[in-house]
Amino acid sequence: MKQKIIMKLLTGMAGLGMVLGVATAYATPEQDKQDLIKFYASKFPNVKLEDYVYGALALDPDSKAQYDAIMEFPPFDSQVEAGRKMWETPFKNGKTYADCLPNGGKQIAGNYPMFDEAKGKVVTLEDVVNDCRVANGEAPFKISDPKTIGLLGSYMRTLSDGMIMNIKVQGPKAVAAYEDGKRTFFSRRGQLNFACASCHVQNAGNHLRSELISPVVGQAVHWPVFRGGDTLVTLQNRYTGCFKQVRAVPPAEDSAAMNNLEYFHSAMSNGLPMKASVFRK
Amino acid sequence: MRKLHQLFTACALGAITLAGSALAAEPAKDLTGKQLAFDKTKGNCLACHAMPTVPDAESPGTYGPPLIAMSARYPDKAKLRAQIWDATVANPSSSMIPFGKHGVLTEAEIDKVTDFVYGL
Ligand code: HEC
Ligand code: HEC
Repeated sequence: MKQKIIMKLLTGMAGLGMVLGVATAYATPEQDKQDLIKFYASKFPNVKLEDYVYGALALDPDSKAQYDAIMEFPPFDSQVEAGRKMWETPFKNGKTYADCLPNGGKQIAGNYPMFDEAKGKVVTLEDVVNDCRVANGEAPFKISDPKTIGLLGSYMRTLSDGMIMNIKVQGPKAVAAYEDGKRTFFSRRGQLNFACASCHVQNAGNHLRSELISPVVGQAVHWPVFRGGDTLVTLQNRYTGCFKQVRAVPPAEDSAAMNNLEYFHSAMSNGLPMKASVFRK
Repeated sequence: MRKLHQLFTACALGAITLAGSALAAEPAKDLTGKQLAFDKTKGNCLACHAMPTVPDAESPGTYGPPLIAMSARYPDKAKLRAQIWDATVANPSSSMIPFGKHGVLTEAEIDKVTDFVYGL
C-alpha cells in the first residue's frame, strides 16, 4: 500500500461507513505489511523498525522515557501475579491450562489469531483458552472480561515474551478472513466517518488534540495494556473503544468481524517480538 | 440513527479525544460559533486545527492545517461553509468529519461556525 494506494483505499470508502467491493487486488499479508513499512519509513525516517512495538511512544522520546521509568516497577504487577495464580490453579479435574494448550502455553501467542481449518474460522488465543476450559468441564469465561480472561492473559502472554509474531494466512478461507479484516480496517464508518486507517495509517504521527497517533505496524504485540497503570484493556477492548470514538456501533467482541480484524491487524506486526503486558496512558 | 450514534458515544470507554458525550450537550443551549467550534461534542475543530490568532485555542491537533487568514483565502464564504459541511467533496480521502452531511452539526450551527472561522 503505497501512499497512492492507501489514499485510493480510503477514497473508495467515502460515504456512510459502507464499503462495497473495494477494488483491491489481492496482496499477500507480507506485501501489505512491507507497503505499510515503506509508507511509514518515509514519514518517520529515524524510527527503527524494532521500535514500532512502542506505538506512539516510539515517536516521542519524552513519553518513552516516562514509559521506561514506569516499566521498571510496573504498577500492575499485582494483577499479573493474580493472573499467574489463575494460570497455576488446576481445574476441578486436576488438569491445568498448560496440559491442554499447545506447547504447554509457552511461546504460542505470536501464532494467534490463527485460522482453524476444522472450525472454518479465525480463533483467538482467548477462544483457545475457553475451549480448553470447556474440554475440562469448566464454564467458559466471558470474552474480554478484564477480571477473568484478561487477568489470566496478562500472565499467560508473558510466557510468549520475545516470540516473533507469526500470523499465517494460507488457503482460500483464511485469505477470505484476512481480506474481511483488512476491509474493516480500511472502511470509513460511524457518524464521524473514519476508518481505522484514517488515523493509524493516514495520520500516524499526527496529534489528535493532544493524543499522538500510533502506526498500525507494531500495535498488536503487547497486549493486554494497563491504561493509567492499572486498568486492564484487551486488544479487542481497544478496538471497541476506537469504534465508539468515531460514533460507530462496534461489532461484538469475539464476533467473526472482530476476530478477522484482529487477524489482519496482527499480521501487520509479523516479525516483531511479543511483550506482555505494558503501560499505556 | 443519530440517537443511536449518540447513545454509543455516551458510554464510550476510556479517554475520549474526539467524540465526547453528545447527550450532555442536547438541551438547546445557545452556543456561539466559537463555542461550537471548541466544544468537544460539537465541532471539536481544535482536535485537528490550530487557530494561531485565538489566544485560548490551546494544544490543538495537527490533522489539518492551521485556520488563519480565512477571509483572504476564502473570498467566497459559501466555499468555506461547503468545506465544513462535507470536506470529502474537495478531497475524497479527507480525514475531516463531514459535519453537515453526517448531521454532526445542524445547518444553523454550521452557519455560526462558518462566521467564526471566517473571522480567523
Ligand atoms: C479518530 C481516530 C482514531 C480512529 C478512527 C481509530 N483509532 Fe485507534 N487510537 C486512536 C488514539 C487517539 C489512540 C491512542 C494513541 C495511540 O496509541 O495511537 C488509539 C490507539 C489504538 C490502539 C492501541 C495502540 C497502543 O499501542 O496502545 C489500537 C490497537 C488501535 N487504536 C486500533 C484501532 C482500530 C483497529 C481502529 C478501527 C476500528 C482504530 N484504532 C480507529 C485513535 C483512533
Ligand atoms: C478529524 C480531523 C478534523 C476535524 C475535527 C476538523 N477538521 Fe478541518 N480539516 C481537516 C483536514 C485533514 C483538512 C485538510 C484538507 C482536507 O483534507 O479536507 C481540513 C481542512 C479544513 C479547512 C480548509 C483549510 C484550508 O486551508 O483550505 C477548513 C476551513 C476547516 N478544515 C475547518 C474546520 C472546522 C471549522 C472544523 C470544526 C467544525 C474542522 N475543520 C474540524 C481535518 C479536520
